[in-house]
Amino acid sequence: MDMPVTKKKKLGLKERYALMTRGLGWEPSYQPIDDIFPMDRFEGIKIHDWDAWEDPFRLTMDAYWKYQAEKERKLYAIVDAFAQSNGHLTLSDARYINTVKLFVNGFAPLEYMSHRGFAHIGRQFRDVGPRVACMMQSLDEMRHSQTQIHAISNYNRYYSGMAEFRHHHDYLPYLQVPKSFFEDAATGGPFEFIVAIGFAFEYVLTNLVFVPFISGAAYNGDMGAMTFGFSAQSDEARHMTLGLEVIKFVLEQDPVNVPIVQKWLNKWTWRGVRLLTLVAMMQDYMLPKRVMSWAEAWEIYFEENCGALFRDLARYGIVMPPCVEQIRLERDHLSHIAWCHFYQARGTSDFHVWLPSKEDMDWLSAKYPDTFDRYYRPRYEYWAKCEAEGKPFEATAVPMQCQVCQIPMMFTEPGDPLTLCQRHADYKGEQYHFCSDHCRDIFEDEPEKFIQSKIAGHEVFKGNAFRPGTDPTAEGFNPAAEALAFFRIEHGRDNGLHNGSTDERNFALWRGLAKAND
Amino acid sequence: MQMDLRTVTIAPQRQTYGHVARHIGGDKPASRYQEGTIGLQTTGNQHYRPLWDPAHDYFDESRTKLKMADWYAFRDPRQYYYGSYVLARARQQEAAEAAFDFVETRGLADALPDDIRALALDLILPLRHVAWGASMNNDFIAAYGYGTGITQPALYYAMDQLGIAQFDTRLGLLLAEPEALDAAKEAWLHDVRWQSLRRLVEDLFVEQDWFELFVAQDLVLDGLLYPLVFQTIVDGDLAQRGGAAVAMVTQFQNEWAAETRKWVDAQIKAACADDAGNAALIGQWIAKWTPRAAAALCPLAEMGLGDRSAAVMDELCAALDARAARAGVRA
Ligand SMILES: [Fe+2]
Ligand SMILES: [Fe+2]
Repeated sequence: MDMPVTKKKKLGLKERYALMTRGLGWEPSYQPIDDIFPMDRFEGIKIHDWDAWEDPFRLTMDAYWKYQAEKERKLYAIVDAFAQSNGHLTLSDARYINTVKLFVNGFAPLEYMSHRGFAHIGRQFRDVGPRVACMMQSLDEMRHSQTQIHAISNYNRYYSGMAEFRHHHDYLPYLQVPKSFFEDAATGGPFEFIVAIGFAFEYVLTNLVFVPFISGAAYNGDMGAMTFGFSAQSDEARHMTLGLEVIKFVLEQDPVNVPIVQKWLNKWTWRGVRLLTLVAMMQDYMLPKRVMSWAEAWEIYFEENCGALFRDLARYGIVMPPCVEQIRLERDHLSHIAWCHFYQARGTSDFHVWLPSKEDMDWLSAKYPDTFDRYYRPRYEYWAKCEAEGKPFEATAVPMQCQVCQIPMMFTEPGDPLTLCQRHADYKGEQYHFCSDHCRDIFEDEPEKFIQSKIAGHEVFKGNAFRPGTDPTAEGFNPAAEALAFFRIEHGRDNGLHNGSTDERNFALWRGLAKAND
Repeated sequence: MQMDLRTVTIAPQRQTYGHVARHIGGDKPASRYQEGTIGLQTTGNQHYRPLWDPAHDYFDESRTKLKMADWYAFRDPRQYYYGSYVLARARQQEAAEAAFDFVETRGLADALPDDIRALALDLILPLRHVAWGASMNNDFIAAYGYGTGITQPALYYAMDQLGIAQFDTRLGLLLAEPEALDAAKEAWLHDVRWQSLRRLVEDLFVEQDWFELFVAQDLVLDGLLYPLVFQTIVDGDLAQRGGAAVAMVTQFQNEWAAETRKWVDAQIKAACADDAGNAALIGQWIAKWTPRAAAALCPLAEMGLGDRSAAVMDELCAALDARAARAGVRA
């Protein structure tokens, strides 16, 4: 960024950037400022001095275009090469493709929501500095969404479960977990959104999301996904500095802000980790070549890194969210509970499942010495026996779901792995159900918000999960089949067991062709 | 892992994503623009109403009076998705960088006639605030508009206008000391010649109908401002009066306006074609905002063109009407 000043005053980078951003703004006089920025006060966050905002990065648009274009050139060259050479056939194992399915269905639409959410708050903060930073992040998030969709496009041409990712994200029961997570953040006020996404998600939990996916991709031969992951990480570094700047700025502005921020950190750490249940399961069960266990990732990326972060925030009066206690108790159970659930409920998923092999189970025993052999191995061995007898176990009932995180109520009591955990609350004459104390607390803080949750199971019973024109009173009406049709799950192709699936067969056939000698 | 594979031809199971295929008329290969745009915003269940606008869903068609049977009738003729967008702008910024370099290394800024330098500063520097207003307004469209077809390019427009505000700023730093930016802001805030324009920009900040905002900002205001300032005054007049250096360092603005106009017109055309009521509605919006924008720009025209200003403004308004008519707007 060379500035064309000859024999002129030399401006420092910071000064120059201020002219290029905050210098553009002005105090309006023809319209009241509260009408121009109507949304940044109602949450109760008090900002006295926006000038104290330190721009976390100083990128003018010309430099942004230049750097990002360079990254895009490199990324798409690799994505193209991977697709043209049938790179998917070099994967470690066909089961890996289910991780890609989980990613495009669960995360690419969140990147899009993030793009819209940052565009929204990029219009709402009354100071230019944070608005510019948010607009730039909005643009980056558009990039993430599209590079993921583009990189996965080639997988979609050959394998099932990805073609309807948009519809699945909108309606499929398990995908309401990520969808409701992000919509909860985006429908909160601008400060809650940036604390939830910019700080809790992008700063506190980001490594727990991306490291497993990116290194999982690398270990399993997925060059395309690995490249968009790495490429996004360089944007992520910018987003993390924004998230941290926001937190410190808000906490320093007024003591009144501290309890509000603490409440959001409690809520979003819990909601974030509930969402990460999917990632934990992916790490421990879905990667044919594993990178590290969920428990190990939690120790490194939360306990070590975030422990230091929260010690640093203590000077503002911020404490570690209380839910962390429960997360620690669930650490050695989370992925097993989830995979057991997905195995049983495989009829309504858009990826395939399988029982862990003997080697898989030995790895899990080693990683989870206190829990796996005791609580989970016997289940898998029993289900393996059922499969061997030609009577694979499957749960077809609609599960009860948590009103807040929308996860089926499959978790066990913290510290008591043989008792199912259920919590309830009454509100305006209705009873609501929760997976945990923390989800119930979140509900009780904002009941009017969470009574709106469209719980997938309820939607089926209410008749909202059938295609238009479906007649539930018709003879031979099969609600389960109709719901699958509405969900656009191609039964027997998108769902079910990996063994014997079209994806498994095609992968073996195509790889066989590619490896055969002329 | 390393594995040597023969190149084999294997049959794809499908060509593109389902929501894309349903929109492009069947399962056929789709472009990156299509896969990165069509149907990307949710049209399904939304769980909660926004705390900041409980009267609407987060994504809500009723945030504008415009009616569309198909929100993805809004297509970008440039086919910009993120990658192609930044590649295009990176090339243009490289050219702009070269122009700034050329002017600077040859001392062309110092060689400008005084009256030209003064006019360039008086006219262009306050426009950095107008560009920032355009950026905010397009970010509004990106945030509250419906369907990725139009919200995606609106965000690109917002970032472009931020970039233009920054190029305007650099022009100030090239021709003068940083204090010139303060003087320009002072003029923007208090000089009577800028007040109708500032009032218009601030009024647009509180406009709630995002498509009306698109019409007022992108079609009308920018549709008059860019041809007036950068095309007619800078490229036309200043260049001939010894101010070619100013034209060189504002080529980004001119190229951008020529390119973006095609996108704006395509949106108006798509809206008019989609629903019978839209043509008249857009016509009303144009009729509402054009006189205000033209009046607000008159003092700028006078600064640059003196007694030719009225005639030029009339021409520009007629050209804008012709653009609208070509796009199917009913006056
Ligand atoms: Fe992202
Ligand atoms: Fe929950």
